[in-house]
Amino acid sequence: MTNTKQFCTFFVNGLFFGVEVLKVQEVIRYQGMTRVPLAPATIQGLINLRGQIVTAIDLRRRLELPPRDDEQLPMNVVVRSDDGAVSLLVDEIGDVVEIQDDIYEHPPETLKGVARELVQGVYKLKERLLLILDTEKTVTLGNAGNRT
Amino acid sequence: MNDNLQQQLIKDLLIESFEGLDNFDREMLALEKGEGNAETLNIVFRIIHTIKGSSGCIGLNKIESVAHVGESLLSLLRDGKLAFNPAMISALLEYSDALKEMFRSLEQTGQQGGADYSALLQKLQSLQTGNPVETKPAATYGLFEEEPAAPLAPQPSPTVVPEPLPARVPHIEKVNAPEKAAAEKEVAARPATSVSDTAIRVDVGQLDKLMNLVGELVLARNQIVQFTAQAQEPTLLNAAQRINTITTELQESVMKTRMQPIGNVWAKFPRIVHDMAQDLGKQVELVMEGKETDLDRTIIEAIKDPLTHLIRNAVDHGIETPETRRAAGKPDRGTLTLRAYHEGGQVNIEILDNGRGINIPKVKEKAVQRSLVTPDQAAVMSDREVFNLIFLPGFSTAEKVTNVSGRGVGMDVVKTNIEKIGGSVDVLSEAGQGTTLKIKIPLTLAIIPALIVTSGAERFAIPQVSLLELVRLEAEQARKGIEMLYGAPIYRLRGQLLPLAYLNRELKLESPATTSASVPANDAVVNIVVLQADGRQFGMVVDEINDTEEIVVKPLGKQLKSITCFAGATIMGDGKVALILDVMGLAQHANVIAEVRDRAVTGKAKAAEKVDERQTLLLFNAGQNARMAIPLSMVARLEEFPRSQVEHSGNQEVVQYRGQILPLIQIANYLPNASATPMQADPVQVVVYSEAGRSVGLVVGKINDIVHEVLTVKRNSSRDGILGSAVVQDKVTDLLDVIGIIHAADPTFYEETRKI
Repeated sequence: MTNTKQFCTFFVNGLFFGVEVLKVQEVIRYQGMTRVPLAPATIQGLINLRGQIVTAIDLRRRLELPPRDDEQLPMNVVVRSDDGAVSLLVDEIGDVVEIQDDIYEHPPETLKGVARELVQGVYKLKERLLLILDTEKTVTLGNAGNRT
Repeated sequence: MNDNLQQQLIKDLLIESFEGLDNFDREMLALEKGEGNAETLNIVFRIIHTIKGSSGCIGLNKIESVAHVGESLLSLLRDGKLAFNPAMISALLEYSDALKEMFRSLEQTGQQGGADYSALLQKLQSLQTGNPVETKPAATYGLFEEEPAAPLAPQPSPTVVPEPLPARVPHIEKVNAPEKAAAEKEVAARPATSVSDTAIRVDVGQLDKLMNLVGELVLARNQIVQFTAQAQEPTLLNAAQRINTITTELQESVMKTRMQPIGNVWAKFPRIVHDMAQDLGKQVELVMEGKETDLDRTIIEAIKDPLTHLIRNAVDHGIETPETRRAAGKPDRGTLTLRAYHEGGQVNIEILDNGRGINIPKVKEKAVQRSLVTPDQAAVMSDREVFNLIFLPGFSTAEKVTNVSGRGVGMDVVKTNIEKIGGSVDVLSEAGQGTTLKIKIPLTLAIIPALIVTSGAERFAIPQVSLLELVRLEAEQARKGIEMLYGAPIYRLRGQLLPLAYLNRELKLESPATTSASVPANDAVVNIVVLQADGRQFGMVVDEINDTEEIVVKPLGKQLKSITCFAGATIMGDGKVALILDVMGLAQHANVIAEVRDRAVTGKAKAAEKVDERQTLLLFNAGQNARMAIPLSMVARLEEFPRSQVEHSGNQEVVQYRGQILPLIQIANYLPNASATPMQADPVQVVVYSEAGRSVGLVVGKINDIVHEVLTVKRNSSRDGILGSAVVQDKVTDLLDVIGIIHAADPTFYEETRKI
């Protein structure tokens, strides 16, 4: 018998990503944001989540993907991190899926760049690959945090 | 140790111990079922170890000695030196009951209980040696049995003497009157309510969350109240009213849960003082007043170190050795007083010692020696300025470096730390009489007053503590007023150069007004927020100045910690997030501080001179066109009284003022050529002057302005009531001889104050 895990899934630039359901606090629609001057470009701004101030990270920028069209409003996937809640801005929300462990594999060696660092593993689903994000690493911006 | 503290400690101990012993029983039963492991033994050992340690600390010797026996047994078990056997479980459970019984007795009577546990202790001891004593069959069910009232073994035990405690532990602290009767009935039925039933431990994170939610509720409430103000529906209005009051009350209650008495920080001071006094061969009595003064826990943390430093300083530098004190005619024992109290939304903490006081000539000498000031400056400094020298970095008067003070770091750090949390420090000292340090700190860091400004279409909050003043320059003034010095914009603020920084440029915001030109566009109004960072001033140009508001400070995520320009964020009334500027960080970012600092090294002399020459003056009219000034330092308050409030006592005009009778002096009567007729204006403008607890009111014509200027008396005067004339704001202004006039009006005023 194999174990199963639940993932909250979403799309960023056509890629299919997943984050363990237990790490997701909530998913909310696009919200007005206060931008933070001098902050790295990956930080889109601050949102007010019921009195809590949450930093919103643009996943496209974080994953070094091309920017989103202006008319397309991102969604917030609010994840829990060691440092409190952080919102990941994604293009579109997918379903919560339950997947068996036996189709899991480490990211292929050919995966390059920042994705290699942030993608924890890959689930080989029938129709497509589900990339599992390491949320803790994703919300930690290293020195490489490209300044505006 | 004082009773209150002792009671608090006992209360804490009780809560902790009841909780611990319940755990202990649970773990023991787990062991009995064979579910335990090495970690279980570790846990039970730690529980008992803590109980033993804490009871010993507050002088509960009996509990300590009973706890000790079990601890030894558990320690052997934990270290694997003794094999665990079921007989031990019942003995240890019995032991746990014995401890509980003692704590219950402590809670109800303030005594550790008179029961004798020697049999139990003996059993535990024999278990340690590995030869179990013969146990009575009943003892194995000890858990459910009453403790034997009489000792099984008749030998006397050193542990049975009940220790009287300084005070009885109040198990119910606050009971409302109607509840009291019921409570008493209940108490009669049940032995007592345990403290562990009336107090619970709460995670601080939980409290912060509550605080957040209440903050949100306040915003929602504000919107509802605003909306319903227009609605004419009485039911809705009523409900809104109720929500309003409940929210306010809720906010206050939640705030209170985060408060802690300052006594928590002070608790370790008696020991510090005692140890230091012993080391230094001094006798010091520590008096603490206002221990129950509540402060936010974040502030408690922040003031811990500065306060410790100040206490050490007072004992080391302030209080003299018994011999010196005797020679000065003072009692051998020096007194160090700590006092805390609330005042006007702030907490005041005073540290008073009756030691030698600050030696002014020595401080000056040291300051000159370390080139902090020049000898000329030192010569003309006021006492107050001299006291403030001790806060300069690199200053210490201690002759030798001791392990407690004298390394030249300290007071400046204390000052910086206190200012960091929005507080201030002030020193007062009298040679030979002692020194007083006054610290003022805000009640809470979570909510601070702030100025909201707009720049580049974004709102920012500036903490009020760093704000000095606001300057608005109209288009014409702006063009002329702002000068460029090698590309650096500078504004002359009352003759002093004020380096400027443009907030939108520093933060790389687009702003329509100033994007292109380095000089503001011609028609633009310039708003300058004059800020202070690290004792230096600079001007921040913003697009718009909105309002002052009380804001709730919230931390930024770790992703943004590296941006030093922001101290946090807050949520505005409309629910949007605004960033809080960190003035110090911003100043460094804009390079307005570093530049000044270079100047400060060479220019310290100039700064000090300026302090001496510049005076803050109150400008007013006395009758017809007589333009007069008095130093603001002589003004206690400015008041306005309706003419109808002026009464007569004899031929003296008086008003009732703060529960006292304030005599009024028509200054016009004491001025030459009576150009001024007594002022009959309504309301009456009064400058209140106070000296040694007595006050008089000087009736003036019209208060014009308060200016900060270099005062050069151009012409000395022989006219009565006038000290001289000076040019203030390009106009000739007479300086009023306040003391002379009061003396003329009431020759006894100064004599009586002297008597007092």
